[in-house]
Amino acid sequence: MYNFTFHRPTTVRQAAGLLSRNPEGKILAGGQSLLPVMKQRLASPSALVDLALVEGMTGVELKGRSVVIGAMTRHADVANSTVLQEAMPGLAAVPGAVGDPQVRNRGTIGGSIANNDPNADYPAACLGLGATIITNKRRIAADDFFTGMFSTALEDGEIITKVSFPIAKKCAYEKFKHPASGFALVGVFVSKRGPDIRVAVTGAGSNGVFRVKTFEEALKKRFAAKSIEGLTIPATGMNEDIHASAEYRAHLVGVLARRALAKANA
Amino acid sequence: MSATGIGAAVRRKEDFRFITGKGQYVDDVVRPGETRAVFVRSPHARAKIKSIDVSAARKMPGVIDVLTGADLANDKIGGLICGWMIHSKDGTPMKMAPHPALAATTVNHVGDAVAVVIAATVAQGKDAAEKVKVDYEVLAAVVDPAKAKSGPQIHEIAAKNTIYEWSLGDSKATDTAFANAKHVTKLDIVNNRLAPNAMEPRAALAEYDSGTDQLTLWNTTQNPHVARLVISAFVGIAPEHKLRVIAPDVGGGFGSKIFIYPEEVVCLWASRKVRRPVKWTSDRSEAFVTDAHGRDHVTHAELALDANGKILALRAHTIANLGAYMSTFSSSVPTYLYATLLSGQYDIPQIYCEVDAVYTNTVPVDAYRGAGRPEATFVVERLVEVAARELGLDPAELRKRNFVKSFPHQTPVIMAYDAGDYGASLKKAMELADVKGFSKRKREAARHGKLRGLGYSTYIEACGIAPSQAVGSLGAGVGLWESAEVRVNPTGSVEVLTGTHAHGQGHETTFAQLVSERLGIPFDSVSIVHGDTDKVQFGMGTYGSRSGAVGMSAIVKALDKVEAKAKKVAGFMMEAAEGDIEFKDGKFTVKGTDKSVGWGDVALNAYIAHKFTGAELEPGLKETSFYDPTNFTFPAGCHIAEVEIDIETGKTEIVNWTAVDDFGTVINPMIVEGQVHGGIAQGVGQAMLEGVVYDKEGQLVTGSMMDYTMPRAHDLPSFKVETTETRAPSNPLGIKGCGEAGAIAAPAAVINAITDAIGTEQIAMPATANAVWAALSRATPRAAA
Repeated sequence: MYNFTFHRPTTVRQAAGLLSRNPEGKILAGGQSLLPVMKQRLASPSALVDLALVEGMTGVELKGRSVVIGAMTRHADVANSTVLQEAMPGLAAVPGAVGDPQVRNRGTIGGSIANNDPNADYPAACLGLGATIITNKRRIAADDFFTGMFSTALEDGEIITKVSFPIAKKCAYEKFKHPASGFALVGVFVSKRGPDIRVAVTGAGSNGVFRVKTFEEALKKRFAAKSIEGLTIPATGMNEDIHASAEYRAHLVGVLARRALAKANA
Repeated sequence: MSATGIGAAVRRKEDFRFITGKGQYVDDVVRPGETRAVFVRSPHARAKIKSIDVSAARKMPGVIDVLTGADLANDKIGGLICGWMIHSKDGTPMKMAPHPALAATTVNHVGDAVAVVIAATVAQGKDAAEKVKVDYEVLAAVVDPAKAKSGPQIHEIAAKNTIYEWSLGDSKATDTAFANAKHVTKLDIVNNRLAPNAMEPRAALAEYDSGTDQLTLWNTTQNPHVARLVISAFVGIAPEHKLRVIAPDVGGGFGSKIFIYPEEVVCLWASRKVRRPVKWTSDRSEAFVTDAHGRDHVTHAELALDANGKILALRAHTIANLGAYMSTFSSSVPTYLYATLLSGQYDIPQIYCEVDAVYTNTVPVDAYRGAGRPEATFVVERLVEVAARELGLDPAELRKRNFVKSFPHQTPVIMAYDAGDYGASLKKAMELADVKGFSKRKREAARHGKLRGLGYSTYIEACGIAPSQAVGSLGAGVGLWESAEVRVNPTGSVEVLTGTHAHGQGHETTFAQLVSERLGIPFDSVSIVHGDTDKVQFGMGTYGSRSGAVGMSAIVKALDKVEAKAKKVAGFMMEAAEGDIEFKDGKFTVKGTDKSVGWGDVALNAYIAHKFTGAELEPGLKETSFYDPTNFTFPAGCHIAEVEIDIETGKTEIVNWTAVDDFGTVINPMIVEGQVHGGIAQGVGQAMLEGVVYDKEGQLVTGSMMDYTMPRAHDLPSFKVETTETRAPSNPLGIKGCGEAGAIAAPAAVINAITDAIGTEQIAMPATANAVWAALSRATPRAAA
């Protein structure tokens, strides 16, 4: 690890100010991805702006027909939130499936989304529910937020403060764990909210999280596993590495989507 | 059996300190004025070093010195060696290439060290290491062992990158047996390369005392005396009596800490140069590119059988990848620890095995839990299972027909099995695994879209390594006896100094159980001392499941001597003839009388020496023994794996695991069970999860835990572990050894179970979900049909 200055602001304003004064600085929002690369000297931010002491950035709240989660809420706290478990257990399962207990007790929803790791779980839930990412500057629809592998619509110095998930009557996440890292080798989030049907996939695509329009279309008739029986997605554009071929990932998308649908309807 | 004696499941003495954070590992040792070593490592698999410029690094804050391979050569520090000579079929000696601790002219694998920064802190050392400018001329790398012979030559000494072309057995007789066979089973097998990943990374701390010209090395080693011997006699750092090697608590080794590595040599050399202690602690990333890897065989194997399923012969050709340099015992692993076990538990009249060992531009490969024997077991147990399937025979039945049933049994590949009952462990395992109920469970699984499979592994290993004369005749550079010193204190408590070393095995407990039982003294009155060349007489260390069979036998022999002398002391105390003294349960009694003295009294009298003159008896009560076994030991057993496979994803779950092992005498069944658990976990890891992957350029793809899959608790079922017992005749306690059995047995059991489930033999380790799915896509599953 290289030396850096460490800041612990208590308001979003202060945090934004620190980031603008430290263009080479980074937000620390749990650090479960950032700190390992810093330890390996692969990242060298001049400053870390830790959001842990910023007030009002944690918690899970019911607001109308949405669940709003503070950006600094840790995975374990989201997973264990009784509010969320009652309102939308399918979403609570997502942070519950992240990494291991250590990661779940340090990592945060804002950190995960801002990092947009192509194998992370939360991006699938955001895209799969049509969430709104709320920053200190604006509101961004999930469909516009995830712009590619490790890339988002966030501007320099922009801070995610909350994520708002519309409550879907039916939703579920099915994840096939990467055997070594525990990330999603493939993860599929499905939801039905009125006429809005979404199938979002993480882990598989070489450009990060994506929606499977052909599945969504087929599910409009009936939101059930049977509706996509026999449907596949092409292997082109899928990730391929030592852990899984592109064909296998494409195949898993179909399998996991069907299983997620069965779970959502259970 | 006493509550703490042989056979008792005594809780481990050492665990209190380990689980309360009181363990004292190398990195915990802090010496005044300590500095830190940070290595500059090659990012290339193979390159010429055109120049190294350390001037900028030297100016960095906190830097004490920056040293290179040229400095090492100037100081005439010798290279690392391989201590087991193997000769090729044509009689030529193996081609051992120079292995300097810091590369001066060429680098041969990613992670090969070219320079070292000695700095006040690790962070300063890392900053400075980045300023060392190395100008490399990158050369084409050799990565695939199967193509090594046709690749660019890595070392001047080794044409076609070939270290040796060795063989064992009678080629002609084997070919004749094959020609007359009714059935031949053929398999191509890759035994996947593994990274050991002990929980504690390697570390070294060297301190030079200019007043006495003495060097001390705290080192994560499984065999401190051998480390001292090699570093002294071959590397030439210091004479043996001026070098002390201490292996304090060591957090796991699995073989990877047997070897002498460049880092400890550099720390010793540097500490004398900078006149300050020098410490290096590997981080996990460094461990992946420097700790000796294991396995890495490419094998074609064939089994010949007659019409009744009787095995006639086995032949195998193996390419063994030894990596960029020959590590300390690397040459012995694919030869005398491998081909000698190709008879398995079976009476096989003819066996012939050829092994070509090759250099590649990868991390050196050496012994890893089981070392050669897992590779042999995998070849034999896969062949037997597949042969049974091809012949339409029950795999257990085929095994039974071919088991060795009378002992001693001379195999065609050196080993002489001395005791065992292979049918007994198979029978017991089949009962425990409820093999009878398997077909019902398989049907039930099929109803849920799952494929079930059952796989056997009836393995054998040669442990208790080993008779010195035997290993000497096979090329070993050392004898493999063990030593013990039993020191009885005047108050009757006992210290046992052993040449073995514990790094997770629980010797402090099991060895104390032996002494407690033998002397009739409380378990807590016994301490076990190991891991310090200044304390322990000499020793060969711990590997090859040898500490019980060889190390404890040495303690038995020393205890014999202690008892004999104590009887003399008791004789003087009770004015009786030595021959009339009986010793039982800690009491010395004059035969046929009620006259007796206790252990403590005798111990005190041995030291105060008031009851005898120096002419009659030497005072004191301390005895030493060097024990050399008469044979290897042959632990054997039967493991049965039952798996269930999700047809849609290929994900395999191990649903049942039964292990019935014959380890001879068991000292502590709880510790033995723990060893079996750990071994199975590593074997399952090899079969389903682990595998070192290099890309074509020789870059390590699996360089971290994000890509290298270590087995986790959730990957494993609850094991059924039982034992059968035939005593080993070659040592006084009848111990065979248990440390490696699980890792040896497990891979074949898993793959036999998976292939049983999916109906094709075409699957390589690790059998990941993707691999199983792909195999299923290629094959027509029997069960699903």
